[in-house]
Amino acid sequence: MVKPAAILGQAILYGAFAAFIGYFATSPTYHQIPDDVALIKLSMSHLGGRECRKRTAEELAALPPNMRAPLDCPRGRSDIKLQMDLDGKPAFETVMHPTGLSGDGISTVYKRFEVKAGTYKIAVRMNDNLVNPGFNHVKEEQVTLKPAQVLVIDFNPDKGGLFFQ
Amino acid sequence: MSLHAVLRGNAQILFERIEIFFDGIFGGADNPLRHLGALGLFFLWILVATGLYLYTVLDTSIEGVYSSIGYLSQEQWYLGGVLRSLHRYASDAFVLAMMLHLVREWAYGHYYGFRLYSWVTGVPLIWLAYISGIGGYWIVWDRLAQFSAIATTELLDWLPFFNEPTARNFLAPDSINDRLFTVLVFIHIGIPLMLILGLWAHVNRISRVDYLPSRNLMAGTLASFLVLAAIAPAMSDAPANLAVAANEVKLDWFILFIHPLTDITSPAAVWALIFGATILLFALPFLPHPRPQAIAVVDAANCNGCSRCHADCPYEAITMAIHPDKPGHKIAIVDPDLCASCGICAGSCPSSTPFRSQEKLVTGIDMPQQPVDVIRQDLETQLAQLGGSTRLVVFGCDKGADVRGLAGTDTAAISLLCTGMLPPSFIEYALRSGADGIVISGCHDNGCDFRLGMQWMRERLAHQREPHLRPSVPQDRLQVIHASRGESRQLATAIEEFRKRLASQMVASTKPPAFSRRKV
Repeated sequence: MVKPAAILGQAILYGAFAAFIGYFATSPTYHQIPDDVALIKLSMSHLGGRECRKRTAEELAALPPNMRAPLDCPRGRSDIKLQMDLDGKPAFETVMHPTGLSGDGISTVYKRFEVKAGTYKIAVRMNDNLVNPGFNHVKEEQVTLKPAQVLVIDFNPDKGGLFFQ
Repeated sequence: MSLHAVLRGNAQILFERIEIFFDGIFGGADNPLRHLGALGLFFLWILVATGLYLYTVLDTSIEGVYSSIGYLSQEQWYLGGVLRSLHRYASDAFVLAMMLHLVREWAYGHYYGFRLYSWVTGVPLIWLAYISGIGGYWIVWDRLAQFSAIATTELLDWLPFFNEPTARNFLAPDSINDRLFTVLVFIHIGIPLMLILGLWAHVNRISRVDYLPSRNLMAGTLASFLVLAAIAPAMSDAPANLAVAANEVKLDWFILFIHPLTDITSPAAVWALIFGATILLFALPFLPHPRPQAIAVVDAANCNGCSRCHADCPYEAITMAIHPDKPGHKIAIVDPDLCASCGICAGSCPSSTPFRSQEKLVTGIDMPQQPVDVIRQDLETQLAQLGGSTRLVVFGCDKGADVRGLAGTDTAAISLLCTGMLPPSFIEYALRSGADGIVISGCHDNGCDFRLGMQWMRERLAHQREPHLRPSVPQDRLQVIHASRGESRQLATAIEEFRKRLASQMVASTKPPAFSRRKV
């Protein structure tokens, strides 16, 4: 026969168990960023350039017919240099290395920046073949970011290179 | 004493005190802390059952996942909504039970020696549980899912495994497609299946596994979930929108605590913690520990192949084979890797009776560190020295309250490897050799360090299990007391109460006739 005190004790402990599970299943609410902050995500995945040499007619003739590719390209890809300025001040700079054991894979970057909501002049420069000086891809734009807005800066040749989204 | 030993000892004392407190409320059979593994399994079955229903109604398109799950909570709250809530709360309770089970087993020192296999196979299950739990939140594809998916992939990207950052999969609204959720659902089904397979391996070396807790415990916890489902049903947050940061989220702190932890530390610190904890858990059994005790030894001449030790061994360490010397008989074989050195087998052996006339009592299966012959000698020696009007013999357990200090002019005290090691015939033998009463002290119900020692003892005393106490032995001269390590004072008090009861109610006819195996 279960004593009334034991029944009461069980009710209290099962209630405490339910309260503990129920509370921490949803509470306390978590704020990852302050309310007046927006995010800029600078991320791209791109194959670096490579320097190809045009084969001479003699070289092509010396090759088996099925291997007479006009260009002789190295396997490895170039590093990619990337810079981002916020309101004219350098905010980020990196050199992305190609992946793969032979350095023939894509170069990638993913960076998340927390900035106060507001208007910014953002400039992004990229050089995807470091044999050449300077930057062959440049995007500069003034953007207004609302609180919690996510601005993505990506690269896609089909979208004209660097783009803001 | 090392810091680890001090920590573990204190944790064990804490668990013991809480468990004893819970015993008073729930009783041993329904005490949740004594059945954490079985409780976890019960929660897992709730997850499987509710998950099957949720899977059948899930639409795996981007908009579909949110609306089909939301439909359950909004329109079908009476069935789908309740099942969804059960799924969420059971998953939190599963994590809670799993972590408590881990800490408790560590506190009690149940992680090395013969328990190494169970410990090591349990560690990967924690990973599987968390992978499954975190992935489960993504399927809803609300703002919490968005937050967790991005936070998890950003954490994963710190590891040098991926060519392309996995977080790019959640970069912008057009980054994801319907196939993502098909993959997620398969992962969310596949990982729990691996978890169930891992659980099978985890309990593989244990006999008579508690696959489910008691009915009362199942009813109590299920009722708690149902009340929660009614008061605070699991609801989706706003739909995910990758163009806006999911900033204010109602986090499930049991499963998703890793995200805030990453934010306040760093991915490197979190991975160091995760891998460090995993390595530490794997390494724990290999740290210096007390040397293992001698394992059970079978005496072929005295083993008649009755299989009782095989049936009673809590760790499936005993198998039966063809007896080499007795045609048509079997013989017990002890697996050294599985033997817990508990001595329960010696207590189950019919040859362990002290009434046998041989000067040296050799039984079928015995413990070299405490043979039944030594127990009989010890009992006879102490009984011969006893005086007083009410002479007691106390059989105790090395893992429970220490009984050695209770020995005195009117009390004989013998501590055994486990109370389940005591052949019931020793009780009759002690009474017929001069004792007025017998006390058996052991661990609390369902709290036996060797799982089944006290249960077998109780069944043997109640004539429900072989070898049973003979019905002619008066039960009123027998007192079973549950006392764990820190309850020596309570044990002494209970013994004195028993002595007073015996002294006040003593009736000569209830005492079995005197016996001496030696001719006087």
